[in-house]
Amino acid sequence: MPGPGVPIFSLASSVLCLCFICMVPLAWAGLALMNTGLGRLRSAAHAMMSSLCVLSVAALVYFFWGQSWQGFSGESQRAIIMGGKSWSWLANGSLFFRHLPLSGSPASLAALLGIATVGVVALIPLGSGADRWRLLAACISAGLLAGFAFPIFAHWAWGGGWLAQLGANYGLGRGFIDAGGSGAIAVVGGLAALSVAWILGPRQGKYTLDGMPAAIPGHNAIFVLFGCILALLGWWGLNSAGALLYAGVPPGRVVLVIVNTTLAAAAAGITAAIITSVRFGRPDASLTANGWTGGLVASSAGCAFVAPLASVAIGVVAGILVALSVEWIEMHLSVDDPGGSVSSFAVGGIWGLLSVAIFARVPTGAFEPGEMAAGHSGQWLAQFIGIATLLGFVFPLVYGSNWLLNRFVPQRVPAEGERQGLDLYELGAGAYPETVTHGDEFARGS
Amino acid sequence: MKLLGFLLLLAGWAIVLTAAVLLPSAAARSVFVLAGIAVEILGFGLVIRAHLLAPRELR
Repeated sequence: MPGPGVPIFSLASSVLCLCFICMVPLAWAGLALMNTGLGRLRSAAHAMMSSLCVLSVAALVYFFWGQSWQGFSGESQRAIIMGGKSWSWLANGSLFFRHLPLSGSPASLAALLGIATVGVVALIPLGSGADRWRLLAACISAGLLAGFAFPIFAHWAWGGGWLAQLGANYGLGRGFIDAGGSGAIAVVGGLAALSVAWILGPRQGKYTLDGMPAAIPGHNAIFVLFGCILALLGWWGLNSAGALLYAGVPPGRVVLVIVNTTLAAAAAGITAAIITSVRFGRPDASLTANGWTGGLVASSAGCAFVAPLASVAIGVVAGILVALSVEWIEMHLSVDDPGGSVSSFAVGGIWGLLSVAIFARVPTGAFEPGEMAAGHSGQWLAQFIGIATLLGFVFPLVYGSNWLLNRFVPQRVPAEGERQGLDLYELGAGAYPETVTHGDEFARGS
Repeated sequence: MKLLGFLLLLAGWAIVLTAAVLLPSAAARSVFVLAGIAVEILGFGLVIRAHLLAPRELR
């Protein structure tokens, strides 16, 4: 059946949108650098190689069938009637982009943005699986994420699916709002990161016998911090293109989107730096980077609908949540997440989705005066239903698929591979051949 | 325990969906959506607990 109406898109919007989509690969570069820098020196080349391979697999799987499941508002959809309302649960596109005229139409731009965003989603779990995740397993896992969890949820939130229609069908505000992908990109990737960290288990020597975590510092803070700056540019593209395509904002509102994205990241980064200064006596580079990323992620959902001051508040809360949750997750949940992906993306993303209900001033119809008051109860409910779907459907799906994969392709390298480092074990050469890798002081008995 | 946790996650989501479809009044819908999320949190807690025990073998 046909989906909800095709969004109106001017030529200026199309050109602007194309430019912003072209910026998204900077987010790939930023995340890849952060994941590499937060891992160990002996697995650095493997981390970058994994990033390249999972990006390739994710893009190909999305091209093969992912996009046909995600679709776009206005295209043909698979829907069921429940309680007299149409529930669109999957798009009805063709494989290999065959139904898409790649001509600059909104649907074709959405497909291009889909290729870009699926890469971001696929890179997120690499941070939590660093230093122990086999290359082949990471690639298959990325394929599963890009082929199932991401396109299904992206259809529901962005492609005219039932979450997006909660407003039209049940009067819940403007329906589930996730303009830049706090949920569809960050929480989906963050929950996959949690699944991978649990299935792989902690790195050798990460926890003592009484369960206390040892610090295994990342090998290159420059990569990590430079990655943050690249990620900011990527997120400008991600949030702006998402706001234009999925939230239907006019081109002029992109300025607000970029201001909000920057302010949220800045507030979150500086908050994390202050928190770590107070707690440890000095600012911690990796936690500040995690806070910065958490701010970017939290800004995404409501980037086009909140005031700049609200973005600062969103960033401050994101910085606090991420800086504290990294330590809490490591200490109390025994989750070894070298890249802080679970905190930055899952925790930051859920906060971003909730912040829409708190701070957003969303127009009830087209973008005209008469905006809905912040804290509209229907909008709260729509955001809660979206979060419940991420926890109750997406998380079991990504955990189950990774668990099943682990039955057929063991995802973790053997102890010897971890001791040697993944560079030597899987690639046969290190990232820094002139640097001598010393013995593993973190692994007991080595 | 892990399986039970995942079943509770799915059950909580089913409660949320059912509330959205079947309940006409906003108040009842809100209560049931929150109840569904509470069931999900319970399930998530069980999944966390199941994983707290398992990694000790790897340490």
